[in-house]
Amino acid sequence: MGKAKVKRASTTIDMTAMCDVSFLLLTFFVLTATARQPETLMVDTPASTTLDKLPDDNLAIITVGDNGKVFFTIKNPNVKERTLKNMSAKYSVPFSEEDYKKFRNQEDFGVPFKQLRALLSLEQDKRTVDVQPGIPVDSTEELSNELYHWVQQARLATVEFNRDREAENKNFTNPGALTIAIKADAEEKYAVMNLIIETLRNQKQNKFSFVTGLRQEN
Amino acid sequence: MAELNQDSGGGKKGGKVRSKKNGGRVDLTAMVDLAFLLITFFMLTTSLNKPQAMDVNMPDKNKDINEKNPEIDIADNRSVVLLLGSDNKIAWYYGQLGNPITPPTVVDYGKEGIRKIILEKKAQVPQVAGGKDVIVVIRPSDRSVQRNLVDILDEMKITEVSRFMISKINADEVEVLKEKGIYNE
Repeated sequence: MGKAKVKRASTTIDMTAMCDVSFLLLTFFVLTATARQPETLMVDTPASTTLDKLPDDNLAIITVGDNGKVFFTIKNPNVKERTLKNMSAKYSVPFSEEDYKKFRNQEDFGVPFKQLRALLSLEQDKRTVDVQPGIPVDSTEELSNELYHWVQQARLATVEFNRDREAENKNFTNPGALTIAIKADAEEKYAVMNLIIETLRNQKQNKFSFVTGLRQEN
Repeated sequence: MAELNQDSGGGKKGGKVRSKKNGGRVDLTAMVDLAFLLITFFMLTTSLNKPQAMDVNMPDKNKDINEKNPEIDIADNRSVVLLLGSDNKIAWYYGQLGNPITPPTVVDYGKEGIRKIILEKKAQVPQVAGGKDVIVVIRPSDRSVQRNLVDILDEMKITEVSRFMISKINADEVEVLKEKGIYNE
């Protein structure tokens, strides 16, 4: 009697379907991942145990770092452009169409309003922290407190923008007022922070968020 | 591993050369590996790069200077005041500064420092104040840093103190910080 020989099945599996699925998913994730432009002013935020995430849209961020330099950015490019238009009227500084286009793509900026045109005329990779002294902030509500007006005009622009969108599209749900976030360096002195908080409070923007990193242990 | 079965080109034994039909089977294992690696990368980066947001609510600012008392009156036996000084230290007192129930004491941040005190006061205050809970007043000095403010707000969340406020430090309290040696540049 001969031994019954077990036939060895081939161990290779058809990977085609798996490959298809994985590349489909990969394509999806690549396309949904937003290309993030590097921020001009890098800050090391303090950590907290808060788990709430910062919203993606409808957000303006005030960045504080590098010994009290104040930078500002608005996430939505349409609102950003509209804000600049309002600011341009307020400070009577004209901007060209090209400037507006450049401003839409500018991530965060920190120059006095008079110097903004000069900043936008620079190449993108030359707009570093070193050439930007920060947005002027003080405790008043005058034109000298530029951050006050940036925030105020951004809030107005958000309202206008959402109203327009609502008018042209019935299904559009209004996301509500602009969220203001303060992204400050962990080592930033409270004296500067106080100026910014008071600037927000002066325009009854009593609600804002601190951007923090995540801390696991208590 | 990749085996691409190719006709060896042999068998020229007369007649037509018949190209053998077989599906070009490529081993896709490595490709799938790579694809999944990239998927993992993109998945993690899209969800993890979102920073955390700590919401802060400030009270309405009273711009009217004629208004007599901008500070809200708080019962002495309910208020714990934290003065944030330099060098990551806090000076805290219970009651009024002029006539404190517990005079200013310096503590550190974190589990062993301020949290113990807040938890202790949180348990103690309702007993002496007729069931009303503790009010924590946070007064950051100009020499404290952003990390201190975020840490203390985080501490409020951890200890579940529902009544707290950030307010302005006054000159007397700055003197206390100087006295305790935690008002350094």
